[in-house]
Amino acid sequence: MTETLADTSAESPEYPAPRAAGCPFDPAPALRDLQADKPLSRVRIWDGTSPWLVTRHDHLRALLGDPRISADPGSPGYPHTTAAAKSNFRTRRSFITMDDPEHARLRRMVTAPFAIRRIEALRPSIQKIVDDRIDTMLAGSGPVDLVEEFALPVPSLVICELLGVPYEDHDFFQRNTKVLVRRTSTPEDVLAASDALTGYLDDLLSAKRVRPGDDLLSTLATERVDTGQLTRHEAARTGVLLLAAGHETTANMIALGTLALLHHPDQLALLRDTEDPGTVAGAVEELLRYLTIVHSGRRRAALADIEIDGQVIRAGDGVVFAGEVANRDPEAFPDPDRLDLTRDARRHVAFGYGVHQCLGQPLARVELQVVYGTLYRRIPTLALATDVDRLRFKHDGFVYGVHELPVTW
Amino acid sequence: MRVEVDQPRCVASGQCVLMAPEVFDQDDDGIVELLTDRPFPDQYDGVRESAAVCPAAAIRLEE
Repeated sequence: MTETLADTSAESPEYPAPRAAGCPFDPAPALRDLQADKPLSRVRIWDGTSPWLVTRHDHLRALLGDPRISADPGSPGYPHTTAAAKSNFRTRRSFITMDDPEHARLRRMVTAPFAIRRIEALRPSIQKIVDDRIDTMLAGSGPVDLVEEFALPVPSLVICELLGVPYEDHDFFQRNTKVLVRRTSTPEDVLAASDALTGYLDDLLSAKRVRPGDDLLSTLATERVDTGQLTRHEAARTGVLLLAAGHETTANMIALGTLALLHHPDQLALLRDTEDPGTVAGAVEELLRYLTIVHSGRRRAALADIEIDGQVIRAGDGVVFAGEVANRDPEAFPDPDRLDLTRDARRHVAFGYGVHQCLGQPLARVELQVVYGTLYRRIPTLALATDVDRLRFKHDGFVYGVHELPVTW
Repeated sequence: MRVEVDQPRCVASGQCVLMAPEVFDQDDDGIVELLTDRPFPDQYDGVRESAAVCPAAAIRLEE
């Protein structure tokens, strides 16, 4: 048995695999080949183990929706993303690495502010944040780095308002979040960044207990921690998750989305020339599908034998989900490599699938609708201020994007 | 068409409220609530799409 496994791993392709030079928006060719030829196959990861890689849209949905698939890094066979993640998972947890019922218990404590009605009520203040940032850019002269001046501040300001985190601290939390989302960070650096953020959130929660405001951290402090439903550590870890996930992901969608649109002027024109909220909302779904910035494979382990499409995933096998490949599955999306803002992309899996699907998706949708619906209308001459070959892409990030995006107008 | 929702399964992704707002709503915690279990035919598409994208398979249809 051990020999068989070793033989398999020697032949398995390596994961993650590199994207092709000159095709920054397309998933790794080696993974596309697996989708076409052997959609459920073993890949070799950093620690020499060989989890399954899931590349088809229907397989991904079936398995991520299956309660026999565990998100707990302590489950046998769990394919850790990095050595840092492996060494830290027991003490630095939040509900994204827990299974039900514990996951559901903790997640439900923070679902209220993400209800559609509550998020829609934030739309005017999100619009104001976006307009203010554009005013500031236009008051100066280009070129500017769109990441630094717009893509990162907008979702940071929004999540700060929702959580009740002072935006003045943005250098601190953005810097530490960057360490967490980089695959090449050392275990020591990840631990230090994680503890710095947890300590920061714990201090904020303590302050909110004394002087609560109208924000999520205050609700957690007064209605959950004080009532004994959450420990202080659980509340702080939840705060870290929401703060980090709340700005880094959306920031990358804004910058990378803008780059993709500048590369597809006909699609950019479609957004620039519309006033129809439905068209903008559809464009957001298509950009989420096309870019699928969470590109380092969601990780799970099988708790029982699972038969799927003639294969058996055994209890104790690791499973990795390549969402960026599944979102280019021609069976689910005809002509999948074409960015077509008018297509119906709503079945994309950019937010994941199953009970762990992104909690913040209603907020991300409204933020991106406001951004994509405003930025190109207000700056119709927006253009890249450098060669695309000179841009640095986040190949080593858990979340894909560009480090800088110099633009002019 | 008849619609059923399974509230304990719901993970508050909110997509059903966006796709079929006359049929699905959310309570104060974002958990799905059914406004009608017998949608009109012009709402069928939104309801079917809601059931298809629901990440927790918390929407069941009988047609």
